[in-house]
Amino acid sequence: MIPDLLRSLTPQVVTALVRRYGDFDACEDAVQEALLAASQQWPSAMPDNPKGWLITTASRRRIEQLRSETARQRREAAVALAEPPDPAPVAVDDTLTLLLLCCHPSLSRPSQVALTLRAVGGLTTAEIARAFLVPEATIGQRISRAKRSLRGERFVASGSPDRVLEVLYLIFTEGHTASSGDAVNRVELTTEAIRLTRQLRASLPEDGEVTGLLALMLLTDARRPARVSPSGELVPLASQDRSLWNREFIAEGTALITGALSSSPVGPYQLQAAIAAVHDEAASTETTDWAQILTLYDLLRVVAPGPMVTVNRVVALAQVAGPEAGLAELAAAASDPALAAHHRVDAVRAHLLELSGDVAGARQAYLAAAERTLSVPEQGYLRSRAAALAEA
Amino acid sequence: MKYVVLIYGNPESRAAWAGMSDEQRAAGLAHYQQLNDDLDASGERVVSERLAYPELTKQVRAGEGGVLTTDGPFAEAKEFLAGFYLLDCESLERATEIAGRVPEASFGVVEVRPVMGLR
Repeated sequence: MIPDLLRSLTPQVVTALVRRYGDFDACEDAVQEALLAASQQWPSAMPDNPKGWLITTASRRRIEQLRSETARQRREAAVALAEPPDPAPVAVDDTLTLLLLCCHPSLSRPSQVALTLRAVGGLTTAEIARAFLVPEATIGQRISRAKRSLRGERFVASGSPDRVLEVLYLIFTEGHTASSGDAVNRVELTTEAIRLTRQLRASLPEDGEVTGLLALMLLTDARRPARVSPSGELVPLASQDRSLWNREFIAEGTALITGALSSSPVGPYQLQAAIAAVHDEAASTETTDWAQILTLYDLLRVVAPGPMVTVNRVVALAQVAGPEAGLAELAAAASDPALAAHHRVDAVRAHLLELSGDVAGARQAYLAAAERTLSVPEQGYLRSRAAALAEA
Repeated sequence: MKYVVLIYGNPESRAAWAGMSDEQRAAGLAHYQQLNDDLDASGERVVSERLAYPELTKQVRAGEGGVLTTDGPFAEAKEFLAGFYLLDCESLERATEIAGRVPEASFGVVEVRPVMGLR
């Protein structure tokens, strides 16, 4: 698969060029052009050394760019500001340095996402725009502005990888639950996020949170084949056909999280992965070890408290201690302004009211949740739950 | 996340605009131009448009007898849509921050709404 090969080589080619020439902005553009040339030429003439071909072609492109008049003026301005190029050897493949640069704290979150997908993921601007359902020009501007703000940044690994994890997780969740728009799954983004997280883990094999994030993605994505019915409706965890789950991903994710938990300080991604692993190991909702899930949420509430952690913990609590206990806890949680108007609160309340036998209350809460969600498939699911209660 | 910023006019804001000198109006429009330039540079503006006054509205109703088109609503309409932005930005907080830079926000008639898809 040529596109896969190109994407996997992208970070190595970008870092090789940046190490040689020092200017990330121009190098990244040149690599994009080399990738485009490769996707056109390789199907008929595959080079013996694909990475070498890309580095040579991109280097030529970069020199051509700088020969052109406008670029020369740009370069003169840039050279006046830029640090001298890093003297490190060209052979260094430093995906981590590249990821840290693309997720630089001075950039807005959407810019970090777009730049990471292009400079590290090897996606074209058009592919990124399609994945996020925005015009290509919007993504193009985001990327060029981000690169402009990075001018003069030295190409050295600095800072914590936490922000890289946040960006990769955001790319994954965007693909996993299209927060608004017309598809439950955008296969490309979950796949890209997993691929990029694998690359990050290759740079940081000992980091428990990096491993935890990769495990979380695998254990979540494992359920993708069962999340949507053949007619395109969203299927909740309790009703999913578990025989459709991706066993390979579950095995890999479980092994990763088991190893990380026994060898690293615990962190939020590891805890979320552990929760996903407990779900994935169970044959049904009834046989799920809810007590263990509740314990993990209690830990998560200490390590990384947040409104969604609070709501998800309520679901586990209700499974352990009954729907009334869950409803009492949920009423307390709903006083948080971040949750007051959130559809998840209504959806969980509906579910717990249904379990406790309050059909009318459950129906109302399902409809309230349906009116508040931005996800069309989720809206359909919540309405169908309300309709089923109306017929009962 | 995509958000629409809806900019409403009302009789007061319309009268204020009508009472401005050419220079003041140019300054107001330059304000919008600057906002557009900033949002283009950051890659947050998907599209934005200024709308004609309500007198140029055509109302369309489709019924049994086919499609019926009438003029209106008219200038006495209390609030009318004067323009909009479609943004693609990080969060609702960021969208409201941008909406706060819309000159009409000083008349208190700018709304931010999240966007949903069709399927």
